[in-house]
Amino acid sequence: MTEIFSQLIAKVEIVTADLIASNFGLALILIGQGLLMAVFLLLSAYFLIYADRKIWAAVQLRRGPNVVGAFGLLQSGADMLKLVFKEIVVPAGSDKFVFFLAPVVSFVMAILAWAVIPLNDGWQLSNLNVAILYVFAISSLEVYGVIMGGWASNSKYPFLGSLRSAAQMISYEVSIGLVIIGVIISTGSMNFGAIVAAQDTEYGILGWYWLPHLPMLFLFFISALAETNRPPFDLPEAESELVAGFQVEYSSTPFLLFMAGELIAVFLMCALTSLLFFGGWLSPIPGLPDGVFWMLLKMGFFFFIFAMIKAITPRYRYDQLMRLGWKVFLPFSLVWVVFVAFAAKFEFFGSFYARYLVGG
Amino acid sequence: MGAAVFAFYLFALSTITGGLFTVLSRNPVHSVLWLILSFLSSAGLFILLGAEFVAMLMIIVYVGAVAVLFLFVVMMLDVDFASLKAEMAKYLPLGLLIVIVLLMELAMGLAVWVPSDGAKMVLGAPIPSDTHNTAALGLLIYDQYFLLFQLAGLILLVAMIGAIVLTLRHRKDVKRQDILTQIYRDPDEAISLKDVKPGQGL
Repeated sequence: MTEIFSQLIAKVEIVTADLIASNFGLALILIGQGLLMAVFLLLSAYFLIYADRKIWAAVQLRRGPNVVGAFGLLQSGADMLKLVFKEIVVPAGSDKFVFFLAPVVSFVMAILAWAVIPLNDGWQLSNLNVAILYVFAISSLEVYGVIMGGWASNSKYPFLGSLRSAAQMISYEVSIGLVIIGVIISTGSMNFGAIVAAQDTEYGILGWYWLPHLPMLFLFFISALAETNRPPFDLPEAESELVAGFQVEYSSTPFLLFMAGELIAVFLMCALTSLLFFGGWLSPIPGLPDGVFWMLLKMGFFFFIFAMIKAITPRYRYDQLMRLGWKVFLPFSLVWVVFVAFAAKFEFFGSFYARYLVGG
Repeated sequence: MGAAVFAFYLFALSTITGGLFTVLSRNPVHSVLWLILSFLSSAGLFILLGAEFVAMLMIIVYVGAVAVLFLFVVMMLDVDFASLKAEMAKYLPLGLLIVIVLLMELAMGLAVWVPSDGAKMVLGAPIPSDTHNTAALGLLIYDQYFLLFQLAGLILLVAMIGAIVLTLRHRKDVKRQDILTQIYRDPDEAISLKDVKPGQGL
């Protein structure tokens, strides 16, 4: 009896080994990993909305969501169900195909960028050597969701909102790109694994890129706020001027897709900040083990800062926003790129700016 | 049929479809959207060729910036496309003539196409796995062809400055906003608080 059983197990093992080795098995594994990442993102989005509202409420001395479920934990689920079961309203004279394409693009692009984001050493769907360019490319496509949504709605306010957002997102992409170039110069690679490995020195938190690239950390974070249309730069949907900007005509699931896409893009920016400037999964204190919890902790911390900024800052005026992007951030980040290039080439403070010299 | 072949035909087909509908669409905004599909598919073709850096640049520059500006302009244009379409018959012979010239040029070019001996060897060689094509391109552009690259950049800079100089005009008769004076405005000088006694007024 046991013999048959062990034979059966051996056979199953051979079959699974064959399956894993075959293309079909590889495809199954990739799909499984992708689903795992999507589930992680959706779960994070669920709790991030809750956290966002709770932090916002705490700043304003309110309670925030506290009725549905314990501590209001099920509030996001209730909101989601409410949105899903509402009627989809399509405005008259709208371009139907583009109208529904827009939220899908916005959501898919937000998820797609996560294909190369590592949560731990090797924990990523695809280990590209141009990973950071990929993230930059995908996040530059997110603007299409907003533009298409605003145009297809066939209405003035959404259209104005989408024009604003097109200009805003392009302007701030430029400075984000230049900040990223500085980090690439220091690392000598565009791979996230290499970027984190370059920050792995014996000094723990002092070895990370936030110290050599300190001004760029602030610049990157503020540009990330503008890029994801978060307050104080939420001009595409400024409710006091444009009702709700490009989302005015959206209801039900399309609106949910816009909202979830925006939140996941914000979370992506948190992940990027921790990978580029705060050592990803490295532990801040030498001796403590590195691991995925450091990465999650850092992402959570930066989301907290995102939420605090939303709670405590008034909205920027549009012309000041454009001035900040083009006249302050762009020249400053350009000068910084030149500085980093010289600092890396002529080895200021040893390998402080030139991490590729000491391995990693 | 392998995955790579399938992906090639998928991208190739959608590039051509995108290009075709860019021309055929009635709505100019749809045209731009089809153009974007075409750009994205050609980025996919670059990836299949092993040129991932060029593919990413294609997406960042063409899709992320150029096409957004196209879309931006086209959305705000108020062109009566029905009247433009009505004149199509007038321009059809000229268009056909251009098509014929282009086709003949292509045919003449392809007929005398002889690949060099080096090209055949390079085509057969696999992509070297030890160098990333970002590093390879960097070495080529910034070391071997440094001067040519800088000159190309200079030409673009001159074109940009030219465009700005041609379109820039300073109007003296409009009131301009000086953002710095707005930012550095001191509330103490701009506002004065008056303690008004009840029933007296100012």
